Amino acid sequence: MILNGSEILVNVLLEQGVDTVFGYPGGAVLNIYDALYKYSDKIHHYMTAHEQGAAHAADGYARATGKTGVVIATSGPGATNLVTGIATAYMDSVPMVAITGNVPTQLIGCDSFQEVYIAGITMPITKHNFVVRKVEELADIVREAFKIAASGRPGPVLIDIPKDITADKTTYVPAEKVVPQNPRPRLKNIEEIAGLINRAERPFIYFGGGVRISGAGEELRELIMRADIPAAHTLMAAGVLGYNEKNNLGLIGMHGCYSANAAANRADIMLAIGTRFSDRVALNTEKFGHNSRIVHIDIDPSEINKIIVADYSITGDVKEVLTELLKYIKPRKHDDWTAQIAKWKRDDYMPEDREDILRPHQVIDTTCRIAGEDAIYVTDVGQHQLWAAQYLRHVKPRNFLTSGGLGTMGYGYGAALGAQTACPDKTVVHFTSDGSLHMNMNELCTAVSYKLPVITVILNNAVLGMVRQWQGVFYDRRFSSSEPERKTDYVAVARAFGGEGYVCETPAELEEAMKKAVKADGPVWIDCRIDREEKVLPMIPSGQTVHDTIFK
Amino acid sequence: MRKQCMVLLVENNAGVLARVSSLFMQRGFNIDSLTVSSTDSPNISRITVMTTGDNRTFSQIMKQTSKLVEAKMIFSVEPEFSLIREILMVKFSSDTEELEELKKIIERFGAHIIDMSYGCFVAELTESPQRVDDFLEAVKSYRMIEICRSGAIALERGLIDYELN
Repeated sequence: MILNGSEILVNVLLEQGVDTVFGYPGGAVLNIYDALYKYSDKIHHYMTAHEQGAAHAADGYARATGKTGVVIATSGPGATNLVTGIATAYMDSVPMVAITGNVPTQLIGCDSFQEVYIAGITMPITKHNFVVRKVEELADIVREAFKIAASGRPGPVLIDIPKDITADKTTYVPAEKVVPQNPRPRLKNIEEIAGLINRAERPFIYFGGGVRISGAGEELRELIMRADIPAAHTLMAAGVLGYNEKNNLGLIGMHGCYSANAAANRADIMLAIGTRFSDRVALNTEKFGHNSRIVHIDIDPSEINKIIVADYSITGDVKEVLTELLKYIKPRKHDDWTAQIAKWKRDDYMPEDREDILRPHQVIDTTCRIAGEDAIYVTDVGQHQLWAAQYLRHVKPRNFLTSGGLGTMGYGYGAALGAQTACPDKTVVHFTSDGSLHMNMNELCTAVSYKLPVITVILNNAVLGMVRQWQGVFYDRRFSSSEPERKTDYVAVARAFGGEGYVCETPAELEEAMKKAVKADGPVWIDCRIDREEKVLPMIPSGQTVHDTIFK
Repeated sequence: MRKQCMVLLVENNAGVLARVSSLFMQRGFNIDSLTVSSTDSPNISRITVMTTGDNRTFSQIMKQTSKLVEAKMIFSVEPEFSLIREILMVKFSSDTEELEELKKIIERFGAHIIDMSYGCFVAELTESPQRVDDFLEAVKSYRMIEICRSGAIALERGLIDYELN
């Protein structure tokens, strides 16, 4: 079958099971959009307000489903607008294929209109990228891109296609959907590690996004139940274990539970599973886990010994490794250890409820109560993100979407739209703040156009809360550029775009607003007024340990 | 900290050198020298990188570069079991009273004079990085007009079977 490059591209997307793409048209991708028009009954294209929103939407779609997200942008500014979205996906190991148009081959390198060397720009933030040189290569490159994005540790791949190649014709030979490949796990010391766990007195598990990506929640649960091991999760693994499950200590790290951090500090064996000892968890690399022997399990060999030197390591897919490990794990009880942790739990930070004003934990709690545990919660970045991580009742592994590694303010709205398109029957809640929302609030028009009923809950303290919190603690309350005094009327903005908006100042008002929002058939913004002195607590400052925890 | 040598067999694609060097720069790995050349296989290029760092950093470099899709094989080269060579060319002024003395040093190091022009001549030395350093030290008091030194290339001794990814 003779097709042009654009039709080949769309056909390969279909081969790969893609039915949803996000993007924004432009000169260099006119041919591609012409093909999308032709195939619009098979592939749904969501056009956002800005390419960054489209990239985050593809990311949110991927995180919510586990499938590879696809985003399309034109050359030059279209391509550069994807950069933050691609970097966000890269840092959090999200499978994504980004397709950019470029100027025709003969104009490349001539500083042509809307020309940029996007392959060079995205080299450090993609697993790999391709510049297509001839139409005959296109189909296989796209297939390879899908394979790379989803194999091993997932991540984004970019394909840059000059405009002439989207028009050139060649024979299209259909192929099967590619199968992602994981490296074979290296299990030679698995019995020794199991022995270590079986003999441990104070075992502890610290797990991250790798467990979620691998779909290893069941295996992890079996391990912590059978061997009676308390476990704490990173931001990327919220929901892998239910919030109320035995042995789930909750969030670890800078704003993690005191009990989780204390347990990490006191453990004799620490199993780090699908995680990378980021500086938001291993705040002090000399002292983190210094009382324990460390077993590191991760699919990416370069994570082993990168930050913390592990005593034992296994590289491989977490699910495969845990399945094998479980064969040697014996039932154990650690009553003294769990009793000690229960004691630490009494020191965990517990904010007080109020009825007359909204406190952050009550915003999260009330929203979660009305939207339900099955809802998908997406956040932006800052204080509200950590409050959401701390106080949501997480029960599902793919229901909490947040930019953990890159910490991208402005991630949330696009990602929430992507999640809503992937899961049209679920309630999608976008927690944001007045700071983050101002970065990409333009995507409200996308939500209105496509009738995506995303509920945006704004934790509005009228300041850049996290920046201000640090300035308060470490800079003697010199609030440099963190109190912008914006006068935005969120209800009016929401309505002006064609959505609905409410203002809430008490938990009761929020409950009323949420009840209306979950029934709405379009986007709703809920402006929740909170005090600017509210802090994310507890907090361990960078470079310090659990002994330096700040509680107020 | 010690000097280490790694060899990358990579797909012979446009941009592969940029990927390797960008990765080194991004991760703060130091490149002392780098050479790229074609191999007996038209699809494969060979990159030799000399770097300085502790063993943990070196192992991290190896693992990060292994993640490059176009890297087919990566290995470290141990100087004891390998031949590591650099090429040095030095242009000396021949307007010196100690010309004979200089020529003796050149000879002693196994270097050759490969060009003689009016007022100057060029000596060439192909040797291990250490010997090249030693030579430069030995001739530093003579009038050097210009020097040019290649990156290292390395080959392990004996029969070794490589399996490409």
